[in-house]
Amino acid sequence: MSSFSVRDLGWLERPADDWRATLKALCTADGPVAGGDLLALARVALNIDQLIQLDRAVGKIGERLDAKRLTPLRVALMVDGTTDYLAPALRASGLRHGLSIETYAPDFGQALAEAMHPDGPLAAFKPEVALVASDYRSLGLAMPQMEGDASAISAAVQKLGQIAAGVARLGATPMLQTVPAPADPWLGHLDAGRAGSPTGQVAAVNARLREIAAKHGAPIFDADALAASVGRDAWQDDAYWHRAKLAFSPDLVPLWADHAARILGALRGKSRKCLVLDLDNTLWGGVIGDDGLDGIRLGQGSADGEAYLAIQRYALDLKKRGVVLAVVSKNEDDAARKPFREHPEMLLKEDDIAVFIANWTDKASNIAHVAKVLNIGTDALAFLDDNPAERARVRQMLPEVAVPEVGDDPSTYPRVLAQSGLFETVALSADDAKRAAQYAENAKRAAAMEEIGDYDDYLASLDMRCDLAPFDAVGRARIAQLVNKSNQFNLTTRRYTEADIAGFETNPGVFDLQVRLTDRFGDNGMISVVMFHKGREEWVCDTWLMSCRVLKRRVEEAVLASVVTAAREAGAKRLVGDYQPSEKNRMVAGHFESLGFVPAGETEGGGTRWVLDLDTYTLPDLPMHMTGPRAPNTPREAAE
Amino acid sequence: MSQEQITETLTKIFEDVMDLDDLTLTSATTADDIEEWDSLSHVRLIVAVEREWGISFTNAEIEGFKCVGDLVSAIEAKAA
Repeated sequence: MSSFSVRDLGWLERPADDWRATLKALCTADGPVAGGDLLALARVALNIDQLIQLDRAVGKIGERLDAKRLTPLRVALMVDGTTDYLAPALRASGLRHGLSIETYAPDFGQALAEAMHPDGPLAAFKPEVALVASDYRSLGLAMPQMEGDASAISAAVQKLGQIAAGVARLGATPMLQTVPAPADPWLGHLDAGRAGSPTGQVAAVNARLREIAAKHGAPIFDADALAASVGRDAWQDDAYWHRAKLAFSPDLVPLWADHAARILGALRGKSRKCLVLDLDNTLWGGVIGDDGLDGIRLGQGSADGEAYLAIQRYALDLKKRGVVLAVVSKNEDDAARKPFREHPEMLLKEDDIAVFIANWTDKASNIAHVAKVLNIGTDALAFLDDNPAERARVRQMLPEVAVPEVGDDPSTYPRVLAQSGLFETVALSADDAKRAAQYAENAKRAAAMEEIGDYDDYLASLDMRCDLAPFDAVGRARIAQLVNKSNQFNLTTRRYTEADIAGFETNPGVFDLQVRLTDRFGDNGMISVVMFHKGREEWVCDTWLMSCRVLKRRVEEAVLASVVTAAREAGAKRLVGDYQPSEKNRMVAGHFESLGFVPAGETEGGGTRWVLDLDTYTLPDLPMHMTGPRAPNTPREAAE
Repeated sequence: MSQEQITETLTKIFEDVMDLDDLTLTSATTADDIEEWDSLSHVRLIVAVEREWGISFTNAEIEGFKCVGDLVSAIEAKAA
């Protein structure tokens, strides 16, 4: 059974039961709101009420939102009919596509007049994009014409052309929405063949609309095709046209808004450039490492095998238009490559994959690595994986990566990718066809420089430089930001103000540490903040947090080495650390244990306490160069 | 479904549509009592009610709703 549905935005996750409560919490919380936290609420399938709630919440959060990944965009809505539902839905859906949208809509029926007016309120709004959207009823196309009378078509085209030219004169890019054909027939099956039928007149206007768009270099919003894909029966709801001048069913406002937002996103370069693919049960059925080449299901002859072929074919279709393909799989490298090399029915070949990573490392780290090798942002990636746990983890660690929601029926996967709009484009050029090949070549050069096999070799090849220093005035603002923003890799989630941080700098009872990391790909900036209270025998951890960007880099081991070095010099015997669970920090539940601490009971808040005996600790050999006043004395440093 | 049960579900829908918390509805509550209940949110309210109970209202019926009690009675009649 295929459960995918376009009208329900089936490529998105359903909102969690506590969606509204989480949104309220963001509104009322003090301090900055992480862009990823808001995105987590925006990237699910919201109904019209939830979109309006989200839009209102963004207004309440205001300046507290860390919007650095969002591109601001001013959009005028030159729409026949009410925009009261469309505008907030579009603004809220824009978040899903990397945009912070501001809207302006002329008063009802005033679109043309304002577009022609160089000093009016529309001009004052300085729109960057103007969406021109009409309805066959308000354009006068509902009335059938007998032979020869094309006056209604001419009048409609003239009106739309004047609005487009007007907004272009005001400096905006017109975005022209095709007119959805009416759901109901006049003549019946003859309609499409008669120029004077409402259906025929709408088709003629849409054809001319494309010419107008070409003249202005304007993007098309093909609402007629969208209405057809969900069904004109579902699209058209005359009761709401009469009741509220809403041109289509209110249930479909979220779908309309997502489509408008994805085109606007594409205009601003937000479309995804690379599709990262899982292998087992995503590109073939079964597990190659267990089932072997003969055991996996792929190819003609079985429904399942054909479904996986269709996924591969769609991936190749994307590659043809310039989308780069990558593989991230939990597998042995040899086993993972075997179907690409030896399975006769594989459509995808190794040459089609620009970056191929098969190992046992966390997928989020591997996906981030794909972005680095391709030299694109992680927000340019989409990730397809059948495993819900992997999808959840990647969404949590890399909220900016698009992770389409798929069920367990592989026959729906190509539709999910196609309908998601993640690879929306407003133009297609000859260069697009070459792009995938160029990325693949660059990636090969990169891969030759750093063969990713053994993980430690990989880390060593990163040429990491870890700088460990006490708190200071220069780092203070960033320290406060990390302390107040970090949720996931944060053992105690204690929040401090900048003034508190300044106090710790001069407090002799506190050991404080700010950590920076650079590698061959660039400067990661300050990525970890740690504080211990210094007792005579025991040093007790107050705060230990780290940016998730540098997970699995062994930075936490460097931090521990630094703390141990200082504690030993001060004559302490033990380190004590608490794990205090929160909604978001499950990932560090085993943090102290993995560093060699032993359990020492529970804490009052339902957490766990851990102790490290300084006599038994030995400094590890770490694959990085450690610098700064708090660099530990590691064997490597000592040997130099 | 009893009028009490309908009112309880309806209260949650009102809170969601109007973005309000801790709302108390009685059968006498009208749009004058709730600031956020305007002609625009009213349309969304009807959409949400139709979705919740799988029913639909005519424009004439909708124009006849003067208070929460009218709406509850109409839901009771249609969802029976």
